[in-house]
This record gives sequence, C-alpha cells and structure tokens, in this order.
Amino acid sequence: MEQTLFLLIAAISVIAALGVVFNRNVVHSALSLLVNFCALAVLYFMLNAQFLGIAQILVYAGAIVVLFLFVVMLLGAELGEKVTSWLTVQNGVMAVLAVILLTVIGTAVFESVIQGARGDFTPEAVQQYGQVQLVASALFTDYVLPFQLVAVLLSVGVIGVIWLAQRHQQSSARREFHD
Amino acid sequence: MQGIIEYLVSLNLPLLTEGTARFLVLLVVASIVAVVAPASLIILTWLERKIIARIQDRIGPNRAGPFGLLQAVADMIKMFTKEDITPARADRIVYNIAPGLAVFSSVMSFAVIPFAPGFVGTRLNVGLLYIVAVGGLGTLAILMAGWSSNNKYSLLGAFRSVAMLLTYEIPMVMMLVIVAMAAGSMSLADIVDAQRSMWYAVSMPVVFLVFFFAGIAEVGRSPFDLIEAESEIIAGFHTEYSGIKFGMFMIGEYVHMFALSFFSAVLFFGGWHIPFMDVTALPAPWAAIIGLIVLLVKVFFFVFVMMWFRGTLPRFRIDQLLDFGWKFLVPLSLVLLIGVAFVVKLFSPGSSAGIPVPPGPLSGLGIAGEVVGLLVVNLAIAGLAMAVVSALARRSRNKVLRAISAVEPPAAVTAQSKP
Repeated sequence: MEQTLFLLIAAISVIAALGVVFNRNVVHSALSLLVNFCALAVLYFMLNAQFLGIAQILVYAGAIVVLFLFVVMLLGAELGEKVTSWLTVQNGVMAVLAVILLTVIGTAVFESVIQGARGDFTPEAVQQYGQVQLVASALFTDYVLPFQLVAVLLSVGVIGVIWLAQRHQQSSARREFHD
Repeated sequence: MQGIIEYLVSLNLPLLTEGTARFLVLLVVASIVAVVAPASLIILTWLERKIIARIQDRIGPNRAGPFGLLQAVADMIKMFTKEDITPARADRIVYNIAPGLAVFSSVMSFAVIPFAPGFVGTRLNVGLLYIVAVGGLGTLAILMAGWSSNNKYSLLGAFRSVAMLLTYEIPMVMMLVIVAMAAGSMSLADIVDAQRSMWYAVSMPVVFLVFFFAGIAEVGRSPFDLIEAESEIIAGFHTEYSGIKFGMFMIGEYVHMFALSFFSAVLFFGGWHIPFMDVTALPAPWAAIIGLIVLLVKVFFFVFVMMWFRGTLPRFRIDQLLDFGWKFLVPLSLVLLIGVAFVVKLFSPGSSAGIPVPPGPLSGLGIAGEVVGLLVVNLAIAGLAMAVVSALARRSRNKVLRAISAVEPPAAVTAQSKP
C-alpha cells in the first residue's frame, strides 16, 4: 500500500519536473513546478515529517511559485525566448555539473547503509513529542550557529534589495528634477 | 468520535476492524464537512443581504419563501443554469483549474478545526502552519484566474490581490506565532485546551485585533475588497467567469470568510470553552453537542461583524491599504511578537509539550500572573503605537500645510473662500 502510493507520487513528481523543463509556456512551467513541490510535500508527509512537508508547501508553493508567476505575468514573458541552438557553452557546463551532482547523490544512496531510525529520533520518539518541538529544540540548541548564519544571509538579501530599490528611486527622482 | 468507532467495532460485523471503522467514520465526517462548508454559502448570502439591507434601512429579499429564505437557492439555480463562457484566446487549462483550486483551498482549511470536544478532524501538530499554507494556495488560484482570462482588468485585479495578500500574510503569521508561543503548541485542539482558564482575546486584545484585520484582508472582504473594486477594475480577477465557475469563486470567498470566523473563535475566543462552565465535563453526547453550539454562536458573531463592516465602512485606496499593512501592521506585529515572547518566557512553567525547559523567574504567579502580564504588555504596545502614529501624522500634516502656505499667499485662500 505504502509502496504503491510512493511510486504514484514519485511518478507524478517526475512527470511534473519534466513538464517544468519541456513546457513552451513559462506559466505552465511554473504551475508544473507547483505540482512537483506539492508531490514532494506529500512524500515528506509519508515519511512522518509533517513540519517539513507543510514548510515545503508554505515556502515553495505559497511564496516562491507565486513570485515566479507574478514576475512572469507582470513582464508579459509567457512565451519566453526562442532557443536557436542547444549546443552552447552554458549548456555544456550545466550538463557536466548535472552529471557530477547525480553521481554524488547516487553514491550516497547506493554506497551507504540506509538507516532510517537512528539515535534519538526514532519514529516513536518523533510521534511522541510532535515534530515541531523536536525541530525547534534541535534548531535552537545544536544548530544555532548555522541557523543564525542563515538569518544573516537572508537579512543581507533583504537589505540589499531595499538599497537597490531606493537608489534607483533617488536617481530617477533626480533626473526628473534636472529635466 | 472515538466513542462511535468503539461502538462500530463492538457490533462485531464482518470486515469491520478498528482500522476500517476509523476510516469509515473519518470518511463520513470529512464528507459532511466538505458538503456543509460550501452549502453554508446559501445561509451566508441570505444573512449578508438581510443584514446589509437592515443597515441601509431596506427590507432585503422577502419574496422567495418565508423571510426570503429561498432567495439564495433561487440565485444558485439561476447561476448554475447560466451559459458557461470561455473568452477567446484564454488559456483553457489554467482557466478551468483556477475556480476548483479556489474552492479546494478554502474547504481544506476546515480539516484542522476542532469542532467540539472529541470531534477534531486531524490532530495535526503543525495545524497553524497548515492554515497558512492552504490559504496560500488561494492566492495562486486568484493569480491563475486573472492571468488565464486574457483580460487586462482580470490581470490588474490579480496583481492587486497578490500585493495585498502577501502584505497582510506577514502580520497574520506573526499573530499565529504569538498564539503558538502562548499555548506552547501548534495544534488547534491544544490551543483550545490552553484557553480553558482565559480566552486569548481577553489577555491579548491587540494581537486579536491585528489578526482579525489581517484576516479580513486575506479573505478580501470590505473594507479591504480591493481585489474586486467594481468602480475601478470591473470585477477584478473573476471578470470573465460566468455560470458555475463564477459560483465556485463565490463559494471560495464565503467559505474562506466562514473559516476565518472559525479560526478567530478557536484561536482567540476559546473554541468551545465558555466562562463559569466546563463544557468538556458534561456527560458523553452533551459535551459534543453543547460544545459545537457554543463554537457556532461565536462563529456567527464574527460572520455578523464582517457583514457589519461591509455595510458601514468605505473601501480603502490601494496605496492606503499597502501603507497600513507595511508601515503600521508589520512593525506593530514585530513589537508585539517581542513583547509577548518576553512575558511568556517570564511566566513559563517547567515544561513545554513534553520537553523540559527551565521555568521562568515569575512562574510562581501562575496563569493569573501571565494573563495580567500579557494584558499590560498588549495595552502598553497599543498606546505606544497610537502615540507614534499620531506624532508622525501631525508632522506630515504640518509639512503639507507649510508647503501649501509657501506656494500661495494665505490672503488668496481667504478671498476665494469668502463668497
């Protein structure tokens, strides 16, 4: 039962991922990406990682895809650009990187012994506490430094965007004044 | 719910194990919720038209059936038998998926609501995040509908709605975080239990108000109904929809509003808890029945308040709306988050949801101390916010006045205004 469901969801996510790449219309690509994210979230739910699954829907489906769609629709760039040739330097580099990434993931999957329930985080323990509390206690004790570094990184992004937007606004205002 | 499952198992029917019994009961309850939530549209539209008619000194629908009760049914029949039009050059797939997604996202949010003691759809321990995530899918539906209609007014309406929903999602999520901190859990049933002694609306009134205003904006109702401002962009994102698909957007909107009322009642007004009486201690069937009635009374109070707003308040302008969100609600909610976190830490008892934490320095004062502390912090922050806003408003008004008096001499103004 569980395996059938897994295969079904995995198939949906792979088909959606292919749809992201092969759709001519950018909006359809973004919507395929949405289906892909939701399928991944269902896989997380099946692994008893409710927090991760909801965060996946919340962040990716709720925010990222909406932003993609917003920008595409605002610029009216639905049909994208015509690809003249697939044989470019850029695509070659991408292909090499993709092969390296797949090799690394494949080695990690096939070489190491997969142990689902190790250490303190056995499925029983996870169900006992509720996953939010477990995630929080791990995040704010053992991994507090990486967590804060990510926070700094995000703040840098936000402040950079504000600075760029304000500079643009000021320069355009000055131009109007001089005209 | 557990009682019903045990009764079914005790019947000893063939094929009816504990697992299948649970599946069947959940299926029946889920079907009831999934049908009743959209069907609430009938009673809600009738209520809305009657209430707004009374506010505007009219009678409202009074022809179809007693008190015009069948008016909504007649409207539904009319809507469902209308021609279904797809505009030329519309994106057919996206155009047809969007109304379904709108209904889906608002009906799905009922999955986590605790209706009565023992009747909780899912004891999801990320219930609060689930509400926000499912609500986010509604934004997508609006964007899809606006884009695929191939109409500039639809697209403009969709852009407005996304700008607005993203703005008001931030304060709303902050308020949900505050509730989660105060209750020590993200499960809605646990949050209801945490309000056994005192409702959060009493101990944290400002948090509730920010949540409710941000929620009304999320639902897209008056005075935040910029999404479908008829005077500016026809009907917004659903301009091109007709017949049953238009009806589905309407169902989505009303169910969303109904869900917001449920969330207000559950998160801030104690769900099925009422003062001076322990509903959960009543004998078996009565606890569930009275609990549900208490919850529904609270829910319809919020429905009434939202209709009252619609009958009395004019619509915001888009720049005022975004200013109110970004420059007032977002900073206010950040300050509230810090203040409430401080108080919760001061009064925190020894453990939080099974994980031991060091008790706060004032934990000896118990729940009464925490309630007073939260109330004091809330009122202090509200006073501070009002002081800052009025000072800033005075300054900007003075600036405008000075600019006006610098441009034209005051004598000219008085001469013009005399006759």
